[in-house]
Amino acid sequence: MNAMLENGVVATVAGVLREYLMLLFGNQFLTDLIMKFIGIGAVIGVILSAAIVFTYAERKVCAFIQVRLGPNRVGGRFGLLQPFADMLKLMSKEDIIPAGCDRVVWALSPMLLFVPSALAYAFFPFDKGAVFADVNVGVFLLIAISSQAVLPFLMGGYASNSKYAMIGGMRTVAQMLSYEAPMVFSLLGIVMLTGSLKMSDIVAVQADNVWFVLLQPVAFVIFVITATAETNRTPFDLVEGESEIVAGAFAEYSGMRWALFFLAEYANLLAVSILTTTFFLGGWSGPVLPGVVWFWLKALFMVFFFMWLRWTLPRTRIDQMLSLSWKVLLPLALANVMCTGIGVYIYRWL
Amino acid sequence: MEIVDIVPPVLKNNVIVTTVDSLFKWAHGNSIWPLSSGLACCAIEMMSTAAARFDLSRFGYEVFRPCPRQADLLIVAGTLTWKMTPPLIRLYEEMPEPKYVIAMGSCAIAGGPFADSYSVVPGIDQVMPVDVYIPGCPPRPEALIEGMLKLKEKIMHPERVEEMGKRVAEG
Repeated sequence: MNAMLENGVVATVAGVLREYLMLLFGNQFLTDLIMKFIGIGAVIGVILSAAIVFTYAERKVCAFIQVRLGPNRVGGRFGLLQPFADMLKLMSKEDIIPAGCDRVVWALSPMLLFVPSALAYAFFPFDKGAVFADVNVGVFLLIAISSQAVLPFLMGGYASNSKYAMIGGMRTVAQMLSYEAPMVFSLLGIVMLTGSLKMSDIVAVQADNVWFVLLQPVAFVIFVITATAETNRTPFDLVEGESEIVAGAFAEYSGMRWALFFLAEYANLLAVSILTTTFFLGGWSGPVLPGVVWFWLKALFMVFFFMWLRWTLPRTRIDQMLSLSWKVLLPLALANVMCTGIGVYIYRWL
Repeated sequence: MEIVDIVPPVLKNNVIVTTVDSLFKWAHGNSIWPLSSGLACCAIEMMSTAAARFDLSRFGYEVFRPCPRQADLLIVAGTLTWKMTPPLIRLYEEMPEPKYVIAMGSCAIAGGPFADSYSVVPGIDQVMPVDVYIPGCPPRPEALIEGMLKLKEKIMHPERVEEMGKRVAEG
């Protein structure tokens, strides 16, 4: 049991499974291949179940914040079957392809949006030794991949041949590009403290010392604000902006195509919560309980925090949003990087 | 013969038997997302229905979609004028099948106090098919909830509607 806690529960289980498969097949390559597919299946399973759980959670959190009850009729007194009813309904809705749209680009957009959000999950340390791809440029790759999510929005908006979708697509580009810069600079301080871009190293340093939220509070605040903007959630949901541009980039999508956008949104929400946990809240590190439990406790708390923000704050105006990014967050993040550099230098000099 | 009758009696308590059709009927009935469009004062009651005191979300119907492409139900809440008719019909036509319409309030049912006016449509069933009529001026939020539950019954048990139609035809 102690050895299990020492090496991480997920890693131990994976090790046992690997030994068993090795006995069964007696072939190193085949075992590795099967283990890779099991890993991919687990990550996809996490993403798909997150989308189902979070639609329900979002409605319940919203209800409690607005002093309501939330879904409580469909499937028992807690309304647990509500997301399944919604999913089945969306699957069986008519698939409308608007006349005059660029059909190939239009149909590709929701699928391509799902790719970067799913790909980012390869780099998350879910537990000690439970990272799908623990590359030594992890943070860099993660940011590079997640910034690809801009393009599908523009594709969808442009190909819909609708003025609202076009405005929504352009807004997404403006918003996501301008919030990428402060986000990267806020993470730079952590990379300087750790001296590594490897995700597992960042968590290991926090497990040995203190959580980075104490050493980098300014970076934490900047990261949370930019993460809200990156996932297009209120107060920065100008992409959807229903009071002005109907439903933004996905105004023309119906049924299952629109549900894919929804899926990507909730995959992104979980992704930024996991990122906040990994970079600032010490990832899987914590006393007594196994690492994977700590990891999900922290990540789900961050999900709740983002939902809390969404149902508490009103939407910002587009010019306010852009000037907040360029005039406040970016200088603050740069100042934070400089202060961290000076701090690290003084610490070594002592 | 129903599919339920084929199941051996030993397994009756352990197996749930359904058809794809009834599963989708259940899904459609329990996940009606209305389009957030209001024409007149009935819309205030519609907003009140979704808010804290009456809480439409208990039934899972609170997801008001701003875009007709993602909505299932058009609640015509208020007076429809002839000038507003083309945009409303366009909204209805933009919604994907299966789609439903609720006529909420006297104006939507038959023109209400403006029935004699040259500019008011005397009942929206003159311009689009209506599933449920909710009387009142304006109907209370409870009435709207009842109307939506009637719509759910209609979706899940279409045979009851047919029976009712037969009875009306026989007089």
